[in-house]
Amino acid sequence: MKDETSGAVIQAEGLTKVFRRRPHGAMVTAVEGLSLTVGRGEVLGLVGPDGAGKTTTLRLLTALLRPTSGTARVAGLDTVRQAAALKQHIGYMPQTFSLYRDLTVDENLGFFADVFGLGGPERKVRVDRLLGFSRLEAFRTRRAAQLSGGMQKKLALACALLHQPEIVFLDEPTTGVDPVSRREFWDILLELHLQGVTVVVSTPYMDEAERCTRVGLMYQGRLMVCDTPAAIKNMVEGQLLALRPADVRAAEAIVQAVPGVREVQTYGELLHAFVDDAAEALPRLVAAMEGAGVAVHDARPARPRLEEAFISLVRPQSVEQGKTRMEEREGTAKT
Amino acid sequence: MLKRLWAITHKEFLHIIRDPRTLGIIFLMPIVQLTLLGYAATTDIEYLPIAVLDWDRTAQSRGLVEAFRASAYFRLARAAESEAQLAGWIEGGQVRAGLIVPAGFGRDLLKTGRAQVAFVIDGSDPAVATAAYQAALGVGQAQSVQLIETRLGVSAASAPGIDVRPRVWYNPEMKSTNFMIPGIIGMVLQFFTTLFTSLAIVREREQNTIEQLLVTPIRSIELVVGKTLPYVVVAFLVVLEVLAIGVWWFGVPIRGSVPLLLTLSALFLVTSLGIGILISTVSKSQQEAMFLTFLTAFPSIFLGGFFFPIDAWPWWLQAISYAVPMRYLLIIIRGIILKGVGLPALWEQVAALCIFGPLVLTLASVRFAKRLE
Repeated sequence: MKDETSGAVIQAEGLTKVFRRRPHGAMVTAVEGLSLTVGRGEVLGLVGPDGAGKTTTLRLLTALLRPTSGTARVAGLDTVRQAAALKQHIGYMPQTFSLYRDLTVDENLGFFADVFGLGGPERKVRVDRLLGFSRLEAFRTRRAAQLSGGMQKKLALACALLHQPEIVFLDEPTTGVDPVSRREFWDILLELHLQGVTVVVSTPYMDEAERCTRVGLMYQGRLMVCDTPAAIKNMVEGQLLALRPADVRAAEAIVQAVPGVREVQTYGELLHAFVDDAAEALPRLVAAMEGAGVAVHDARPARPRLEEAFISLVRPQSVEQGKTRMEEREGTAKT
Repeated sequence: MLKRLWAITHKEFLHIIRDPRTLGIIFLMPIVQLTLLGYAATTDIEYLPIAVLDWDRTAQSRGLVEAFRASAYFRLARAAESEAQLAGWIEGGQVRAGLIVPAGFGRDLLKTGRAQVAFVIDGSDPAVATAAYQAALGVGQAQSVQLIETRLGVSAASAPGIDVRPRVWYNPEMKSTNFMIPGIIGMVLQFFTTLFTSLAIVREREQNTIEQLLVTPIRSIELVVGKTLPYVVVAFLVVLEVLAIGVWWFGVPIRGSVPLLLTLSALFLVTSLGIGILISTVSKSQQEAMFLTFLTAFPSIFLGGFFFPIDAWPWWLQAISYAVPMRYLLIIIRGIILKGVGLPALWEQVAALCIFGPLVLTLASVRFAKRLE
């Protein structure tokens, strides 16, 4: 490795990508000043809402897009100047199914084996291993169009792994996949992790983010924070109380008004309140709600999950930046 | 490099095989075109239906009518009783011309050696009318020569006079199919390759498979060449199909060298593939690519001189036709097939294609590379 920093396989420095949006030609910043270092063998999860810049980030790191400014070195190679050489070292699985629907499982794999110049006995070994890995042996002669969503994703992953890349980039690989296949897919990713492959995966699911060694939270084109799941959860200021009131909407207003409450989030019938001291605040909150005629079915201290941490981290940002930016973003096609 | 090229070509062949209906249409379309253009788009007249109004009813008049019938240009569809009836048939389209032999035709002919007949032609289709007019004149003249010979007791050949003997070279029977079929080869070479090249590339983008390709070591030149190669093969098979039908069914003679024909066709393919790639860079969908291909095909066919001879056009339209690659191809194909000419006679056209091809292909490649980013 030409890298000076030991073990770092991805180093991004101030990556920015600005798109000219059609038809009016307005400039849209999809990724802004993203700096990131990923070590060998890590599983980095990129989470964030739609339009946060996850896909653009992956496309910048896989040299599919040129950054407007900033640089990135992946596998020790510059993504702009050494893009061609880089392609031997990385695998990429786009968000939408990008294989040939009219070709069979075998033919799709064969095509990518040809493209990467795989031949001889090694080719057969790898194809068989990946088919076993992805449990697709029984479907070798089936056309890709006739595979289920989950099988298509696994085939795409197999094609992306054929050349044994050091780093694999996956863009929302489990979106639209049933829960069982989703779990299987993650088992495969963790298997790769154990083999020492570096994995960068974007996902809208927080439970998947929890399985990563590190999580990058993206919001409005920025990487807000990038750390281990545990560290991110610790960043949340205060302690968390989970409340189950009879009327969530009424209770939200009441709890927000109670002194010492930093933040309130709603999750269906649940109300999550961040307070300085859980033990001290719990009876006060219950009393406030019941005093206002809202029954409380359950109230207990809780451990913040990534989801709470994420919302807690992005909330000050979104308030600060105001509505204009939000509106601008809503119209942006996913890039 | 070659391995990756082959990977793409192989994959593209699989796409073609997976879609047998499209493949069937590719090979069926020239047959339809050949049938339409070989039979229907002909301006040759053969057994044109005419009506005869014979007021004379003598041996002489019957002789003339028989000469018309025997010419094979005309078919005596009806015998009219009056001029009004004959006019009605021409109006109604039942016959395209009418031969009116006036009373006294036979008598005049015997007495003075001169007589007149009327030949009425439906001029609504100028091409047919001209042909019918020429044919009628010809029949009349042949009859006159015979008359002179019998009256003077000499053969016309020994009579004094200037004998103009027109000889039509290359297409002696002046059959339109001989003109059309080489043209169809040009159309196949342009239209098919442009259409299928642009579709194949746009499909890759439309179905987003391009995204997966771009993270592989495939270079854009490999992608373009690899994808178009199978369609070049298909285009050549279709050309051979058209040639075979032309020769064995329509009796089109191939006087020149088939290898030269195919080589120069390949040269033209550089241009039409380039146009296809160019179209693919500006089209967002396969539908758009299809429309754009049609848009380029029509001016090509007309301005290239497929139907109408370029020499008859106003100067400015002729000038424009120099910018249409099809013009050169058609001269080459018709030259080789009908005249049997070789490279020395065609060097201007070959030079033009040598300029057009790389120009279009370079432009296309530049645009293609940009579009990928």
